[in-house]
Amino acid sequence: MNTVPWLTIMLLVPAVGAVVVGFLPRRRATLAKQLTLAITLVVLVLAVLATVAYEPKRAGFQFAQHHSWISTFGISYSVGADGISLVLMLLAAVLLPVVVLSSWDEVDGPEPGGDGLAAPAGGGRGGATPAGPAGGVGAGGGVATGGVATGGVATGGVEGGGGGTAVLVAAPPAPPAVGLGEPVPARGTEARGQRSVPAFFALLLALETGMIGVFAATDVFLFYVFFEAMLIPMYFLIGSYGPVKEQAQRSYAAVKFLVYSLLGGLLMLAAVIGLYVVSAQHLAHGTFDFATLRQLEITPGVQKLLFLGFFVAFAIKAPLFPFHTWLPDAGAQAPTGAAVLLVGVLDKVGTFGLIRYCIPLFPDAADYFAPMVLALAVIGIFYGALLAIGQRDMKRLVSYTSLAHFGFIALGTFAFTSQAGTGAVLYMVNHGLSTGLLFLVVGFLVARRGTRDVAAYGGLAKITPILAGVFLIAGLSSLALPGTNSFVSEFLVLVGTFTVNKALAIVATTGIVLAAIYILYLYQRTMTGPVTHEENRALLDLSVREKIVVAPMVALIIGLGVYPKPIIDIIRPSVTATFADIGKHDPAPTHPAAAQPGGHS
Amino acid sequence: MSADTLTVAAGTGAHPLHYAAASGVFSLSWLLIVLPLAGAAVLLIGGRRTDKFGHVIGTAAAAASFVVGVVLFAALLGRDGDNRAISQHLYSWIPVNGFQVDVGLLVDQLSIVFVLLITGVGTLIHIYSIGYMAHDPARRKFFGYMNLFLASMLLLVLGNNFLSLYAGWELVGLSSYLLIKFWEDRPAAATAANKAFYMNRVGDVGLALAIMFMFATVGSTGFADVFGAAAGGVIGYGTITAIALLLLLGACGKSGQFPLQAWLPDAMEGPTPISALIHAATMVTAGVYLIVRSAPIFNETQAARTVVVIIGAITILLGCVIGCAYDDIKKVLAYSTVSQIGYMFLAVGLGPAGYALGIMHLLAHGFFKAGLFLGAGSVIHAMDDDQDMRHYGGLWRYMPVTWATFGLGYLAIIGFPGLSGFFTKDRIIETAFDKGGTSGYLLGSIALLGAGITAFYMTRLFLMTFHGTKRWSSEGAEAHHPHEAPVSMTGPMIVLAFGSVFAGGLFVLGHSLQDWLEPVAGEGEGVHTFSPLVLTLLTLVVTIGGFGAAYLRYQLRPVAVQAPTDSEVTLVTVAARHDLFANTFNETVAMRPGQFLTRFLVWLDLVGVDGLVRGSAAGIGGLSGRMRRLQTGFVRSYALSMLGGAVLVVGALLLVRG
Amino acid sequence: MNPANYLILAALLFTIGTVGVLVRRNAIVVFMSIELMLNASNLTLVTFSRIHGTLDGQIMAFFVMVVAAAEVVIGLAIILSIFRTRRSASVDDVNLLKY
Repeated sequence: MNTVPWLTIMLLVPAVGAVVVGFLPRRRATLAKQLTLAITLVVLVLAVLATVAYEPKRAGFQFAQHHSWISTFGISYSVGADGISLVLMLLAAVLLPVVVLSSWDEVDGPEPGGDGLAAPAGGGRGGATPAGPAGGVGAGGGVATGGVATGGVATGGVEGGGGGTAVLVAAPPAPPAVGLGEPVPARGTEARGQRSVPAFFALLLALETGMIGVFAATDVFLFYVFFEAMLIPMYFLIGSYGPVKEQAQRSYAAVKFLVYSLLGGLLMLAAVIGLYVVSAQHLAHGTFDFATLRQLEITPGVQKLLFLGFFVAFAIKAPLFPFHTWLPDAGAQAPTGAAVLLVGVLDKVGTFGLIRYCIPLFPDAADYFAPMVLALAVIGIFYGALLAIGQRDMKRLVSYTSLAHFGFIALGTFAFTSQAGTGAVLYMVNHGLSTGLLFLVVGFLVARRGTRDVAAYGGLAKITPILAGVFLIAGLSSLALPGTNSFVSEFLVLVGTFTVNKALAIVATTGIVLAAIYILYLYQRTMTGPVTHEENRALLDLSVREKIVVAPMVALIIGLGVYPKPIIDIIRPSVTATFADIGKHDPAPTHPAAAQPGGHS
Repeated sequence: MSADTLTVAAGTGAHPLHYAAASGVFSLSWLLIVLPLAGAAVLLIGGRRTDKFGHVIGTAAAAASFVVGVVLFAALLGRDGDNRAISQHLYSWIPVNGFQVDVGLLVDQLSIVFVLLITGVGTLIHIYSIGYMAHDPARRKFFGYMNLFLASMLLLVLGNNFLSLYAGWELVGLSSYLLIKFWEDRPAAATAANKAFYMNRVGDVGLALAIMFMFATVGSTGFADVFGAAAGGVIGYGTITAIALLLLLGACGKSGQFPLQAWLPDAMEGPTPISALIHAATMVTAGVYLIVRSAPIFNETQAARTVVVIIGAITILLGCVIGCAYDDIKKVLAYSTVSQIGYMFLAVGLGPAGYALGIMHLLAHGFFKAGLFLGAGSVIHAMDDDQDMRHYGGLWRYMPVTWATFGLGYLAIIGFPGLSGFFTKDRIIETAFDKGGTSGYLLGSIALLGAGITAFYMTRLFLMTFHGTKRWSSEGAEAHHPHEAPVSMTGPMIVLAFGSVFAGGLFVLGHSLQDWLEPVAGEGEGVHTFSPLVLTLLTLVVTIGGFGAAYLRYQLRPVAVQAPTDSEVTLVTVAARHDLFANTFNETVAMRPGQFLTRFLVWLDLVGVDGLVRGSAAGIGGLSGRMRRLQTGFVRSYALSMLGGAVLVVGALLLVRG
Repeated sequence: MNPANYLILAALLFTIGTVGVLVRRNAIVVFMSIELMLNASNLTLVTFSRIHGTLDGQIMAFFVMVVAAAEVVIGLAIILSIFRTRRSASVDDVNLLKY
């Protein structure tokens, strides 16, 4: 049954897709979108099939494949899935089509400027011709498309986007175009295509390849390669496809993201090489094979150093306090779809690394450093929550909430009980869904209004009720209300931590009050109250495409909250085995119930 | 879970308690929750398409759930007394090794009483809302939220383990939030909703921690396991007291008890039917349910029970005193609710002797307070959404049905002989005195004093609203034309009025309710400090005193249309008008420091943490800028540095070879 | 003859070349100094080849000559073109390639 190389297929499909889409000419934007959507859907189907084929009860990696790559150094292409990595791959596969669909028009120009741009283009032409005294009528449109008409290649697209929104808000009907023999429509599309649409979607596919690869890799070096390779598409997604008007900030954010991640990555590379050296000392020849490496008995001193190398990389990636400051910038400047993937999946590589590499490879060091990690986690919970409350930029706010959530994940990972560990892995999935949805909804708002400033909103529940409802559902999931997915994972983390460290769990639990505050305070400021800005009255509710985007997310959020058992059953054996391997067992209850029911079915 | 047939000793009574496996009609008990949940789903997902008939669906779902409840109740009656707890396992919810949590329901004497109250009063209020919300464009959404509330509340009382209870617990908080901010374009409503959610969450932390304690101690969150271990006396006193106190924190948050009472009056920003259903009759009494349900835990810890009693006593007085000072009819009723729940806490804090009394008062309160709120809603409706009692007066002539039903509820709450409040409240006062000792006298006196003040402020409310001079005009710019409410609104009011009149008697006659609840709540026999007759007379005297004072003040003397300013009234009134400074306290202790901390952290993150990052980047950049200067462009200086380097390398080699 | 003398000669030549590179401004002279250094090292290579009785050093010397010849071609071409544009062969006049 497991002869099907699911993981390799799942890697190849998006990789080939990325190349094909990347080589499409710019004009074929629609084809690129459709093709990307199809490819991501294929990957989703593959991931679902792989999940069905996966046998949770069997120990070890499944769908494993092993091919020698650089045999001199014992590096191989080896992939395999356990419960932990499988659910994360599934998460990536679920999020990708959603992201593709949500980014459908985003690259073309600020939505719904995609359609609106045609009208001001007419106005701009009017303004540009001598027959146009209308230059004063639509200043925004005039400037924007003026740049286009003169063939301002460098900035035309950027300004065109900006002008698009400006006109949408305030422009009076454009004067009819006076006969102008120019093939303007073609130029219009060309200007919009300043930011190549196929390239954007190719980057998304490349990112998907990286994400699946990083979870699937069972060779530490291969893991490192994917770990770093993921940075490249994300760097371009932030740097080239961020907010049109904020050139400087988005370059800053992209570089900050890259440098931060590279710093961690290089520390990890050092540790990876160190691991190889250690393995060469223990075995006849060095190896990067994870399964072999975890059998090594490394001396505690070396373990500590190697642990720190990995840990810092993952703490930056996740991010944990105090390595987080790249996240708000990147989250705010990334295009919505990329932000969803960044926080939803990419950051999970950090937390995934903690439980997959840090703990099994260096059990003694993990034990030694656990108090420090737990302290950072709890600080992160409060720090992220309090900062989220104080933010005025919605995307930064959501980024900071993630910091708090990553605190919970790290807490669960380093509590070393099967409940907390299962909760932490489940939390990774749930956080991808809930924060992903939150980012999507915020992205919809920003696309409509053109600003991330909370103060520009208010009273939207009356104007866009469906959007407000989805926003609330995402928020409720983020604050871990029972009935939504996050509750299950958060409670598992807390209850699992409680059994080994009461004080820490009590402190962390009070963090849920802050979660309520940052979410509902945001909702209050954006959705309730009277409409304070008249221009908001014209905002549109969710379009059909957007409804299709959010529907599966909402369904998963509620579905996994009500019936999380299937996914828990996949995660639990792997987590339990991970902790059992390093000699950690759940503490028994102090006073077991008189007749402990045989409920352990 | 297979604890279904587990036998545990319940309470001090040591009555065996069977959780029988569900079969027959009881295997349908999930319908209780699913029916309103389906209603909510249809209404909320269906969107505007269901606008036309949404209220019908909502009401039908509530009524259907009520019917199922009645059927189950009848089936329970048909079983013998020791065999009336039926547990139904639905599915495995969160199974992680030792932590096995199922979604399961427990239909027993206690939960079925709540089911009947919730679905019964709930259905009535659904019907009432059809009329009350008739002109609201979002009526469908309102019914959707109400159905959601019913489902959540039923999950809360029906869950057979603490985590299911917790899920219901937080979901009723959500429904309450959604309904308080139902008119969300009003900033006050949105703020009140947030406040309610935040303060409830503080309580929820307590409940969550209590559950974690249970799991760490017993290894399960099922009622059967936890109560079995608690009653078995194997859990240490410290642990069980901690669990009980944490449960109490949760109860205080949900029930608006001191020190978490401040959200409940603000919650009156919601539509009046909501105030009646959620913030009077059902949700806010969940704290009482939690304590009675956890009776085996509280039985083991005198310390925690003492805290419960103290909180109850404080809240009784606090609610009463503030209730006297407000002119907003709904706020007065809200504080009345706070203080009445204080009575319930007082009762259940007395232990086995009081559990059933607490529930009894809860049910009676459910009827009369819901009736009072619905009556208030009818008045507010008639007065074009004006809630200030100083603008009312003499309304009895214009809305006789409202007057009559409200009057019956009013008599019930002040304890008019023969009406429900008389039976239930008097018994609580009696039991408080029966506790004996100084504490017994103290508690009894507080309860007695509370009864007097209750009579005062409720009489004040009743007289200012329905009697006295007309303080509104039927002409001019601010004309009001009060009129009786439509049948859909008066109908439920009449039914609830009947309940207010007869419920108490029904419960007390032949000890019926106490006997019914005895397997769950146990039974305590106290020694009477005073004979019941003496106490009844004493209570009556105090009540009449309160009534008389209010009559003198608000019937015989004219009521000013303008409220007297703070300088014209006593210090106590000023304090009461400011909620005894509870909000000020919360603001100074929690909100302002929190805001300051938040702002400080935002600054710290930007300047400190990120400053460090950007600082190191700038440092490296600056260093590179300096080092760049070494590239002078002169070939000969490069040659020199190469020579220097070569000399260094050779020198190092020589040194190493040494 | 004592092979050490050849080495001393090579060292002297190398030092002269080094000083020449460092102190002279004329690009041609600098160039000639470099050639001097190269040939000094060639002499060293050949000497050691003789001492050890193997041919490795001599082969290496040939390599150096080939590289030196190639270098002369390119170097003189650069100097020539600089001279054409700037009318100067001083190395201190060409410092455009800097920070």
